[in-house]
Amino acid sequence: MSTRTINHIQDFSWKRFFLQWEWMLILLIIAIFTMNSSLSPYFLNYISITDATMTFLDKAFIVFPMVMIMIMREIDISVGSTVALSSVVMAVAYNAGVPMVLAIMICLLVGALCGLFNGFLLVKYKELSAVIVTLSTMILYRGIAYMILENQSSGGFPMWFSFFGWGYVGTIPFILILFLLLAVIFVLVLQKTIFGRHIYAIGSNPIASRFSGVKVDRVKLIVFTLAGLMAAITAVFLTSRMGSTRPNVANMYELDVIAMVALGGISTAGGKGKMLGAILAVFVIGYLQYGLGLINVPAQSLLVIIGLLLIISVTVTNLRMKGKLKKKTSN
Amino acid sequence: MLRRWVLYVLLLFVFGILVACGDDSETSGDAAGEGTTEEGQEETDGEQNRYAIVFKNTGNPYGEKEMEGFENAINELGAEAILRAPDQPTVEGQIQIIEELIAQQVDAIAIVGNDYDGLQPVLTKAMNQDIKVLSLDSAVNGDSRMVHINQADPEAIGRTQIQAVAEIIDNEGQFAVLSATSQASNQNLWIEWMQTELEEGDYGDMELVEVAYGDDLRDKSVSETEALLQSYPDLKAIVSPTTVGIAAASKVITDKGLQGEVVVTGLGLPSEMAEYINNGVSPWMYLWNPLDVGYLAGYAADALVEGEISGEVGDTFEAGDLGSYEVTESEDGTEVLLGEPFRFDEDNIDEWKEIY
Repeated sequence: MSTRTINHIQDFSWKRFFLQWEWMLILLIIAIFTMNSSLSPYFLNYISITDATMTFLDKAFIVFPMVMIMIMREIDISVGSTVALSSVVMAVAYNAGVPMVLAIMICLLVGALCGLFNGFLLVKYKELSAVIVTLSTMILYRGIAYMILENQSSGGFPMWFSFFGWGYVGTIPFILILFLLLAVIFVLVLQKTIFGRHIYAIGSNPIASRFSGVKVDRVKLIVFTLAGLMAAITAVFLTSRMGSTRPNVANMYELDVIAMVALGGISTAGGKGKMLGAILAVFVIGYLQYGLGLINVPAQSLLVIIGLLLIISVTVTNLRMKGKLKKKTSN
Repeated sequence: MLRRWVLYVLLLFVFGILVACGDDSETSGDAAGEGTTEEGQEETDGEQNRYAIVFKNTGNPYGEKEMEGFENAINELGAEAILRAPDQPTVEGQIQIIEELIAQQVDAIAIVGNDYDGLQPVLTKAMNQDIKVLSLDSAVNGDSRMVHINQADPEAIGRTQIQAVAEIIDNEGQFAVLSATSQASNQNLWIEWMQTELEEGDYGDMELVEVAYGDDLRDKSVSETEALLQSYPDLKAIVSPTTVGIAAASKVITDKGLQGEVVVTGLGLPSEMAEYINNGVSPWMYLWNPLDVGYLAGYAADALVEGEISGEVGDTFEAGDLGSYEVTESEDGTEVLLGEPFRFDEDNIDEWKEIY
């Protein structure tokens, strides 16, 4: 009697390797670089390319946990408000006499708590959808930020604080270094650890994964807390860039982030997509916006172009999945 | 499988076109492009100056007039004007645009600020790279600009509006203010002067019940107006020191048939307000010419770049059709005052509505 073994690692195939969505994004980046440098004489130089990352990377930190959340079939639309609240608390704490280092710690803590609260609500009341829960906290966190600062702005930070948003290590912007470092960590966590496999399992089939011993609630709590924490990191960079803060900062950041994740090939149906895709998508959108900005394209046209890009990418990734399903059933 | 490949080819084709588009405009722009990049490095004097204006957000008719005025001035000077605005009225959006302008090495940036302090780091960066920075209309703080172009004396704007509303409602009753965003520095300053005028003048029976914020968005201004009418049934007047707000408030009152019960005044665009001035919702209102504000800013930008002025008190420069202007001291920096606010009523509105 022979036993049938199912190999959990698929055989390597060049065709499959090159058919990954990530290659498409890399091609896109090359196309955008070619387009930008032919459109504007100011694009293709080291300072311009590195300086541009400073303008779009702040919100990109939230992309990491958002990928995990969307792979788990959830969503978090409260991250923009979390940025505003943690930023406001940091500014108020500093102006109340708390040392800046401690104020930054408080900012991170507030962000993490906001995320934890989202996670707690979702885990505790399973019948509620993530859209509704985070919509409520989106309004709630923004509201608290307005209560604290009303319509004022708050700033006056020490000089060194501007390093986060404007500083260089050697010739590389600090924000780019931190982003790449975190990118490596998040890629490894999602793609190479048991925790990462659990996230995919929950997204593919939450019930089956629960019965298979995956601690679904714990994973969700951790990931949502991470989302809050990353939102707080965004808050630190954003506040540093503006030198002051107001309760209405980071407006619509959640949508920008979700757009990057969707362009990265992460399916909203859960269980599909790679961290690397979303990281590449950050640069696709970032450099596309920057390049069009360099030739002074009006803001409205920019929105149209990015909207079209999203539609194309979402259609292609979904059709690709349909193709796969068909192949499986015909086998 | 086949379909997948077809899609990839299609997608590649689309981006091929994108790249081709890029090449196309390069060849067409080459004549000018080579001149600026290659010859420009040898003889910078021969290079055409580029002046940029950054407004608060897109889709604001007032802003479009202001940018048009700026462009007119720059064209008269034979330089190139760059008109930009983020899609939302946010500091973040303006920072990004200014970064892009710095990368383009423009000669001057004229900014209509979305926040008083929030643009300081990026504008300082611009000035450090020898880009001249001035603000117009909505100021940025004194450290982030060289000079500010003020449409009119904020004190006069604030006080005039209170005097106007007092005259219209006969010194009696409740009124509310419908402003732009809560951070708009010009509106906030005018509202402060309104409050000062209320305290100092003899307006015993008038009460300012609320300052509402429509964020210079039409739908939000409409819903804020509706909320005001709901909350204060005895409301006699709405003062809106912003063109989006005053038009929205007038429309709501016209639609609800409240002509004569609630009046609207403040600062509005003649072309948008003509209808409401003629139907009596707004007996009269004020504004300066946004074309002139932009125009003056254009000439001031050029004077800064050419070294005629440095933004110090007492500097003077010629501003084309508008004549000669002097730099004066302001709260925390220096400014140039355009003039007094201008009153629009049913006698003159029809002639002005065609202009802007």
